Amino acid sequence: MCLSIPSQVVELHPETQSVTVDTLGVKRTVSCHLMEEPLAVGDYVLIHIGFVMNKIDADSAAESLALYKEIVEKMEAADA
Amino acid sequence: MPELQLKQLYDGFRDPRTVAELASQIKQLAAKLEEPVNVMEVCGGHTHTIMKYGLLQLLPDNIEFIHGPGCPVCIMPKERIDQAAALAQIPDVILVTLGDMIRVPGSEGSLAQFRAKGCDIRPIYMPLDALKIAQENPDKTVVYFAIGFETSTPMTAVLLEQAEKLGINNLLFHINHVLVPPAIDAVMADPETRVNAFIGPSHVSVITGSQIYQPTVDNYHTPVVVSGFEPVDVMQSILSIVKQKVEGRCELENQYERAVSYKGNEAAQQKVNQYFTVRPSFRWRGLGPIPNSALMLKPEYRHRDAELKYGERLPVKEIDDHKACQCGDILRGKAKPQDCKVFGRGCTPKPR
Repeated sequence: MCLSIPSQVVELHPETQSVTVDTLGVKRTVSCHLMEEPLAVGDYVLIHIGFVMNKIDADSAAESLALYKEIVEKMEAADA
Repeated sequence: MPELQLKQLYDGFRDPRTVAELASQIKQLAAKLEEPVNVMEVCGGHTHTIMKYGLLQLLPDNIEFIHGPGCPVCIMPKERIDQAAALAQIPDVILVTLGDMIRVPGSEGSLAQFRAKGCDIRPIYMPLDALKIAQENPDKTVVYFAIGFETSTPMTAVLLEQAEKLGINNLLFHINHVLVPPAIDAVMADPETRVNAFIGPSHVSVITGSQIYQPTVDNYHTPVVVSGFEPVDVMQSILSIVKQKVEGRCELENQYERAVSYKGNEAAQQKVNQYFTVRPSFRWRGLGPIPNSALMLKPEYRHRDAELKYGERLPVKEIDDHKACQCGDILRGKAKPQDCKVFGRGCTPKPR
């Protein structure tokens, strides 16, 4: 039950404090009652039991992914 | 930097080549370890990742996982499920709970079995669905059997807040929200515990921030690395733990920076503090009673507390774990699940 999943905000519904998110093709509406900062279309968020829990820091995620890419490239260079 | 795609948030952290390279770095470094590292992944979500991706099999023999007490369904003692079943048997009560909960056996059967006998028990995916059920059934009392660690408590708080705001008075709560740090303390209180490092939960930490594990680091001199749920996250966290051990450090680290901050979601914490207070004691399956390890509603929300309202009808008898049950030893790393005589036989969730 605790496997919160990354999703992307596709529509804002400020009148009901909710947003529609896309989770790899599945769209649903979730509550923003636990979010202080406003969300924008395109933001990445974690969803847990119908609520946005937080905004995913896209820069931090991209930084990690770049680091992993570097690790793999080094490994492949060493194997070559 | 090209724009990040949602897919990369999944695939990028499941990349087999990255996992393989991290495994190779861990293996090299672990050769320098003076003693084995017994890592407790507190959260069941991490256990799931470790099993699903076969991570243990990628690690050297001197690194072991000890699966911790961080699943709110698994740690629920039978008497709480018995109380839920008793509530569901009261005429005009609709019991709602998160889907995972209904297959776990109490002493008289699981909620799924009570539902089969005709009780109105409704699994829901989102706590706010309980509002709608209450609105649609004004002549019934809807009881939300609330479960979950720090991750799920704020959602119950919002449900209560909305019920108050909208004047939906036929919605009550049976609160079983539990806390991670006291469970860690219960595991570490045993002088024979073999746990000497922790992977911190992912989404508990999103809410609480990584700050809640600082006392674990200070009190038990163990590394704690807060980790994401994907296999690359877990392997990177293991590498950090092994590095700390080899360098003789015990620190709080946060591998899951893309989602977890030191302070966490303060708006969510504020909602929890508004409606809940610490319960003096709560019994855990496998670990027994742990002081201050759960939450209850604050006195000003007593009118919403199903435990108080139906107190006379709820069984209070504490049901001990089966005498063959070794959950406590397993949680402390003193036994493996397969060592338990009832594992996979008597002790397995019943099919729906």
